[in-house]
Amino acid sequence: MDESVLEKLKILAESAKYDVSCASSGTSRSHKSGMVGSAAGWGICHSFAEDGRCISLLKIMLTNYCMYDCAYCINRRSNDLRRATLSVSELVSLTIEFYRRNYIEGLFLSSGVVRSPDYTMERLVRAIKDLRLIHHFNGYIHMKSIPGASQELVNEAGLYADRLSVNIEIPNEKSLQVLAPEKDFNSVFTPMRYIQQGVLQSAEERKRFRHAPRFAPAGQSTQMIVGATADTDKDILYLSSALYQRPTMKRVYYSGFIPVNSYDNRLPALKQPPLVRENRLYQADWLLRFYQFKVDEIVNDAYPELDLEIDPKLSWALRHTEAFPVDINKADYEMLLRIPGIGVKSAKLIVVSRRYARLGASQLKKMGVVMKKAQYFITCHELPMQTVNEMSPEAVRRLLTQKSKKTTDDRQLIIQFQDQ
Amino acid sequence: MILFIYDKTFEGLLTAVFHAYSRRTFPDRLLAEGEPLPLFYDEVVTIHTEEDKCDRVWKGLQKRLAALSLSVLTVAWLSEQEGVDLLLFRYIRKALDTPQSIELNFGDPDVLEVSKVWKKVSNERLRVMQFLRFQKAADGTFFAAVAPIYNVLPLVIPYLQDRFADQTWLIYDLKREYGYYYDQKEVTEVRFETKEAHLLSGLLSESLMDKDEKLFQQMWKEYFKSIAIKERLNPRLHRQHMPARFWKYMAEKQ
Repeated sequence: MDESVLEKLKILAESAKYDVSCASSGTSRSHKSGMVGSAAGWGICHSFAEDGRCISLLKIMLTNYCMYDCAYCINRRSNDLRRATLSVSELVSLTIEFYRRNYIEGLFLSSGVVRSPDYTMERLVRAIKDLRLIHHFNGYIHMKSIPGASQELVNEAGLYADRLSVNIEIPNEKSLQVLAPEKDFNSVFTPMRYIQQGVLQSAEERKRFRHAPRFAPAGQSTQMIVGATADTDKDILYLSSALYQRPTMKRVYYSGFIPVNSYDNRLPALKQPPLVRENRLYQADWLLRFYQFKVDEIVNDAYPELDLEIDPKLSWALRHTEAFPVDINKADYEMLLRIPGIGVKSAKLIVVSRRYARLGASQLKKMGVVMKKAQYFITCHELPMQTVNEMSPEAVRRLLTQKSKKTTDDRQLIIQFQDQ
Repeated sequence: MILFIYDKTFEGLLTAVFHAYSRRTFPDRLLAEGEPLPLFYDEVVTIHTEEDKCDRVWKGLQKRLAALSLSVLTVAWLSEQEGVDLLLFRYIRKALDTPQSIELNFGDPDVLEVSKVWKKVSNERLRVMQFLRFQKAADGTFFAAVAPIYNVLPLVIPYLQDRFADQTWLIYDLKREYGYYYDQKEVTEVRFETKEAHLLSGLLSESLMDKDEKLFQQMWKEYFKSIAIKERLNPRLHRQHMPARFWKYMAEKQ
């Protein structure tokens, strides 16, 4: 270990940082003797970068040389930036030493494409194979599968990695062809299918043989860039929803487009990344995964874009006032989840506690229900009936989006001086 | 007003429950030994912790509460918060007196409050697991210091023991001045008579560090800097996820 690795680490981390995923969840493994580490099933964030994003894994590229020229990517071959390649031993020692100091949960390894997808993929697989078999690393490994890599290599990677991922990046094939001429949807979806086949096959084998090897036990994830193309939220969410139908897809990440190559005029010039839109997409994603919403309830032909001012659940509720008010003491769990201001935790608390006694507004508030929003959509033990139906959706919307513009302190006496 | 004086241990609290039931009088306040008495009171009862009485109460609770709820009680106790003993006393009393189980009755203010305290302590435990940073000393021991707001060290040990099973480590609570030492076989509680510099500041001085330690800390710091996206800087979110009180002992925030 010497100073040169420090430089490489800087360069390669800079190159890897635009990948959103840093989750270390999905696998639970306790310590095995002779091996280093364990994996906590829920994942642990060991640090948070100054942009507020979690740092759970050592997110790094094996190399940032790349033969592709994708318009949205910082590592495209026509960019003039510092390039570096880590050797396997450097990578291993960085991972294990960081891990032993409780800096990280494991490794997130990706790479630029050098020579051919298969060549690159083989190098990645060799790195994680060394880490697992020679250095007995038992922590979490997330590996990027290179688009266009062969099935054999994907199958081998699945034996050592906990999670594999292939990034879609652009939610629409036509735009992808414009921005990344060397890629197509096929090269992205084929490795995804390989991963899925591997996982399902291993699950099948493990039913028969207890010690059959596990294949990417934490499944796969993917990522889409938001705001680089003209795609609507409807396009993006329909694609995510279709991906979630597949058995192994655990997470779809959304990455607000950051114009890293501002000279490329195929891309829009944005002053700042579309962070609010990204946030709304994540909220919609949560509705799909945890709130039992169907994608066409969130976005459809009439409402192709998410409302940036209010969250998607509130927006759905204001469009469907006929479903409200909901009686907290009677409604089923699915309906409780649809009330703005009630999340999974408070819905579960309500369901278990209302068996003992009828619940009132003050109890709901203590349980963590956001009464500011929920009050217009519920009836409970004693709440007065001033719901969305009495008031009209527009009025509720106005009340909830009002910004408190109180700049003066009302306890302060204001003396008005007249201009002479 | 009836006052119970006990030794501020969990066993003492359970013994107090036993005496309260045997005397059929329940305390309005629980005081520690030596704590000044309030101006007006009717009766003072001094409780001496007795193991068999404490066991009887615990066994009674085991019949009425699930294992998970019992662990909620012990974890909430570790919060060491003002008044948590009386809260647990009321909870235990409700659990013993109510014919049906009260564990899920979150409409009850005491049950909800206990679960909230439990949540706070569990969150602190998670934060220690997240933000604890080992520094390798020259003798190969990994040293970490923390100053959590609740006494969560005992709750973190199973995680550390599982994950860092093949390294010798010492984790030290600067606030409560005790720690745990693991010698690759078992964990023992340790206290130090003389406080060396690293037991006060939480950071190893360079003379005590392993030769590569400085380099790895520097690398981690550089990595931490490079991984942030400048266009998305969000100091508020950063602070919210990673409270500033942990920064003192974290390599990347030095």
